[in-house]
Amino acid sequence: MTEVEIREVVLKSLRRLAPEADFTKLSPDENVRQALDIDSYDFLMFLVALDEALGVEIPESDYGQLISLNDVIRYLATRLTATV
Amino acid sequence: MAEFCMPSLGADMDSGALVEWHVKPGDPVKRGDVIAEVETNKGVIEIEVFEDGVIEQMFVQPSQQQIPVGTVIAKIRPEGVPEAVGAPTSATRMAVVQTAPVPTPVVENTRPVVVAPSEGAPQRVRVSPLARKIAADLGVDLSAVIGTGLHGAIEKADVERAAAEKQAAPPQEPVAAPPVAPSLVVPPPATPPPAPVMAEAPPVPKPGAVDFQTGMRKAIAAAMARSNRDIPHYYLQMSIDMSRPLRWLEAENQKRSIKQRLLPVVLLLKATARALSEVPALNGFWIDDQHMPQEAINIGIAIALRQGGLITPAIHNVDLKSLDDLMEALNDLIMRTRTGHLRGSEMTDATITMTSLGDMGVETVYGVIYPPQVALVGLGKVVERPWAENGMLGVRPVLTATLAGDHRATDGRTGAQFLDILNRNLQEVEKL
Repeated sequence: MTEVEIREVVLKSLRRLAPEADFTKLSPDENVRQALDIDSYDFLMFLVALDEALGVEIPESDYGQLISLNDVIRYLATRLTATV
Repeated sequence: MAEFCMPSLGADMDSGALVEWHVKPGDPVKRGDVIAEVETNKGVIEIEVFEDGVIEQMFVQPSQQQIPVGTVIAKIRPEGVPEAVGAPTSATRMAVVQTAPVPTPVVENTRPVVVAPSEGAPQRVRVSPLARKIAADLGVDLSAVIGTGLHGAIEKADVERAAAEKQAAPPQEPVAAPPVAPSLVVPPPATPPPAPVMAEAPPVPKPGAVDFQTGMRKAIAAAMARSNRDIPHYYLQMSIDMSRPLRWLEAENQKRSIKQRLLPVVLLLKATARALSEVPALNGFWIDDQHMPQEAINIGIAIALRQGGLITPAIHNVDLKSLDDLMEALNDLIMRTRTGHLRGSEMTDATITMTSLGDMGVETVYGVIYPPQVALVGLGKVVERPWAENGMLGVRPVLTATLAGDHRATDGRTGAQFLDILNRNLQEVEKL
C-alpha cells in the first residue's frame, strides 16, 4: 500500500469523526487532535477505524508517536511494510 | 387508566414537539419500551413508557407544534384492566386536554396549560438567525419564503433565493406559502443582533443547525442561570496520584484487542460510583427545600457536541456495572448522543454529573451543578508533577479531581469524604 493510499484511509477515518472540519486547512505537520478537536474517545475510535481498514493494531505505548498527519502516515507505512 | 404525559427531559425543558409515534392504539407495551420520539432543544429523544399495558388512545399527532411538558398525549390501559365501557369518545377527548402533574420533579416553572391538539393549528416556522438578518437586510417577507432546511426551517439560501425571485418578478401577492401565526414564530433575537460569528463563519452550518444551536444555548442558559442563582456551591479539589491506576490500565489494555480497550474515564466512573455508595448524600436531588438522596447511581456524563453545546445523558447503575460493561455503555451513549437517539430516561435520570475537560489541557474543573442534582465531579488532565511521598521526591502522573457541592444539601466534610474515598478506590484499582 502506498503512502498516498494510506493517506486516503487516514483522512477518510478522520472525516468520519470530524465531519465539520475544513481539511484543506489541516497542515500535515500540525497536531491532529488539537486541530480537529479530537478527544480521547474519538482518538480511540480513529484507531479502531484504522485497524478495520488496514489491519494495524496500534498499541497504547505507540500513541505518543502519532501527533501529526505525517506521523500517522509514516507510522502506518512502517507497520504495514513490516508485516508484509 | 394511566395518562402518558409529555415528559420533562431536563430542568431546562418546558415543551417539545411530537415527531413520531412508535405505537398505535391496541398495541401492548412493556415498561421501558420506546413509544414515541420527541424533538427538544437537545435533539430528538426517544420516550419510554414506565409501566406495562395497552395503548388505548393518542391525543396528539406528530407535528411541529410545541406541546407543554405535562400535557397528556396518550392513554395507556394498565395490564389486566378491562377495556373501559362508555369511555369518552375520542372526539370529546380531543376537545380539551388538560395538563397533568409533571411526572418527574425536575421542572420548577410548570404552569397549567390547556392545549387543543390540533390539526389546523398554525405551524411553527423555524428561521435561522442568519436567515432572519439577511431577510431584514434584503427586505424579504419571511412568511412568503419556503424553507428547505430541517423540518422546513428557513435558511440563508432560501432567503437569498426569495430575494432573487422578488427582483425577477416585481411585486405580487406572496407565493402560496402556509400562513404564519405571528405569535408562534420564533421571536427575533433581542438586541444585540444575531451573533456576528455565524455570519462570517465560512463552513455553512448544516440545515437546522443554527436554529437548533440557538435552542440548545437557551436551554443551557436557563439551567445554568438557575443553578447559579439557587445553588450555593462549595468547591473542593484533590490531587490524585494516577500512577497505579494507569499502570494497571496499561497492563490490562495490552491483553485486549483495540476494540476492547478501556479508557481511563471508565475507571474514574466506577471509582466515583463506588465512592457515592459510601457517601450517598451527594447522589441525588434537592427539590422544594428537601434533600432527596437517590439509591440508584446514575452518572450523567457531559458530552460536548461537535457543532457546539453539550448534553449530559446518564449511564444507569454505574456501581453495578463491570468495567467492560461501562466501556460498552459509554460507547453506546456517545454514539447515540452524536447521532441523536437518546432515551428519555437517560436525559432525566442522572443523579450526579461528571465532566472531564482533560482532553483540552484543563487541569482543574470548577463545575456548575445541574439542578436539581446536588453535586458535580470535575476531572482535569493527567499531568506529570513532582510528588513527594515518604520523604522521597518523584515524578508522578497526577489528576486533579474536584467536587462542586450544593451547600444546602451537604457540607464540605461530606465532599471531602467523597474525594478521599474516590482516591482510595483508584489506588485499589484492581478491586474496581
